Amino acid sequence: MSNQNGRFGIHGGQYIPETLMNAVIELEEAYNHYKNDTEFNKELETLFNEYAGRPSRLYYAEKMTKDLGGAKIYLKREDLNHTGAHKINNVLGQALLAKKMGKTRLIAETGAGQHGVATATAAALMGMECVVFMGEEDTKRQALNVYKMKLLGAEVVPVTSGTATLKDAVSEAMREWTSRISDTHYCLGSVMGPHPFPTIVRDFQAVISKEIKEQILKKEGRLPDVVMACVGGGSNAIGTFYNFIEDEGVQLIGCEAAGRGVDTFETAATIATGKLGIFHGMKSYFCQDEYGQIAPVYSISAGLDYPGIGPEHAYLHDIGRAQYVPITDDEAVNAFEYLSRTEGIIPAIESSHALAHAMKIAPAMDKDKIIVITISGRGDKDCAAIARYRGEEINE
Amino acid sequence: MSNIAKAFENKKAFIAFITCGDPDLETTIKVVKEAADNGADLIELGIPFSDPTAEGPTIQGANLRALTGGVTTDKIFDMVKELRKDVTIPMVFMTYANVVFSYGAEKFIKTCSEIGIDGLILPDLPYEEKEEFHPVCARYGVDLVSLIAPTSENRIAQIARDAEGFIYVVSSLGVTGTRSEIKTDLESIVKAIRASSKVPCAIGFGISKPEQAKKMADISDGAIVGSAIIKIIEKYGKDSPRYVGEYVKSMKEAIA
Repeated sequence: MSNQNGRFGIHGGQYIPETLMNAVIELEEAYNHYKNDTEFNKELETLFNEYAGRPSRLYYAEKMTKDLGGAKIYLKREDLNHTGAHKINNVLGQALLAKKMGKTRLIAETGAGQHGVATATAAALMGMECVVFMGEEDTKRQALNVYKMKLLGAEVVPVTSGTATLKDAVSEAMREWTSRISDTHYCLGSVMGPHPFPTIVRDFQAVISKEIKEQILKKEGRLPDVVMACVGGGSNAIGTFYNFIEDEGVQLIGCEAAGRGVDTFETAATIATGKLGIFHGMKSYFCQDEYGQIAPVYSISAGLDYPGIGPEHAYLHDIGRAQYVPITDDEAVNAFEYLSRTEGIIPAIESSHALAHAMKIAPAMDKDKIIVITISGRGDKDCAAIARYRGEEINE
Repeated sequence: MSNIAKAFENKKAFIAFITCGDPDLETTIKVVKEAADNGADLIELGIPFSDPTAEGPTIQGANLRALTGGVTTDKIFDMVKELRKDVTIPMVFMTYANVVFSYGAEKFIKTCSEIGIDGLILPDLPYEEKEEFHPVCARYGVDLVSLIAPTSENRIAQIARDAEGFIYVVSSLGVTGTRSEIKTDLESIVKAIRASSKVPCAIGFGISKPEQAKKMADISDGAIVGSAIIKIIEKYGKDSPRYVGEYVKSMKEAIA
């Protein structure tokens, strides 16, 4: 799906300082070598299965299905992975790759903290040093994850520049990488940034749709009608879509964080409100002002609070293969509470954006239709914040 | 001949970087004039960007102050028109790809040529992505300045061969900001550049003291100073022009 220099249509590319060019070229060469290496793939599969707990379940949400009264709903349970989210898929792949490349130190950005925790976990497992950059605002929203990262032996650097959220954590991790390249791999957490990251991260996350396909064929004997996931940078979404892109009958829906609404300034819905630009190493859609200054974005979800979207999503949007819809904080919080009550599953507030859209469209669909929603992570980390959203003060 | 070449004619160039609109555009005009009057050979005018990923804390701060003050690309174009009434030395813009892209490359670069901007430095536009803007730059005679870093190694010859205006040699790993010591083997890098290009090369990143500037200018064709100037502006604000002038004078004398 990507061609020379990692282009997805007009999107992607490598818009980074010269200092980093040889580092990404080295990474691309190493990845091209190891992705076809039997030994590497065997090691990764063992890590996936024995350590991360893959394959993750494809769960038929019977109560939710009956309650909504329309399409049959399956949940892809990435929340059941070790560390509680899909992030571990990418991190195990990149950490193993970095190790093969002789790197001894991993750096990462994190928003909600899930990618930071996953990176700290892989670093602990593989005996690597780990530094995680996290917006200061997010260290407050996700204090428990900060503690977890430290517990796992990582150093957490609160980022105070800019809006002190995910985009600033990415900027700071990039700055750190330019200052220390020889022993350090930048373990980017989403399908974004300069080539080859969008491709590498997508390939490691593609296990999600590979499993969904096998599981749904076994359970239903046919492909789903809709697969959907939440989108910030878009790694769980591209993982959910990837093996269905060629299956024209399967509708792909990405759910963006609209925050307080796409008609307000407090939003992070990039496809709905952004325009074409160049930032963080890639050409894609970004929330920005008329002079190209990147807009401060907002979402209740720290993991979707990013002003851009991965280049492959931008391309899937351009060609009309995937559809992207905005979901507000309110809708996501309702879905968060709904799944908890209905199925006894507390989803991440990020994943709740996808659930919210399913709740909108499922009732109007025929009962013989099938929707698969990826629950990208578990919601324990969000409980305190949601309680606050509902006006209840609790101690974490 | 590129206008930028004049900065290097029979001399070592002192290149001053100034973020436009920090703390306001009136001060920027005065700072640029002071720098030019005190011997700066080329001025890099920074157009602020919200997320300057190649900058250290000092220039990040300048970007933030300028944007908070309401500076825009259009206001900076107007300021340059005003500056060009008095300032004749070469001037280039330093900004990020999205600032040019979102304005419209054609419109941005055409305006540069009309108002007397001689070149464009975009730290997030490596050799591989030059085509994004180079054809337009070539059409309007605006030099797209190439950067070469300590990690460029096997890429030096290719970058240098296609370079125009001047080559910006990044002295050290990391982002912009003053450094007590520069350890990179810059002699070898400059030697490799000169084997492939006749375009002058100047060294930047981490230079703040006259002795550092002299050392860098001795092994190349000039020294670029940004953060040290921004620190003066940060400290003295609207009163900074004369202090910047004094500083530029001391630096220029050191490398002359």
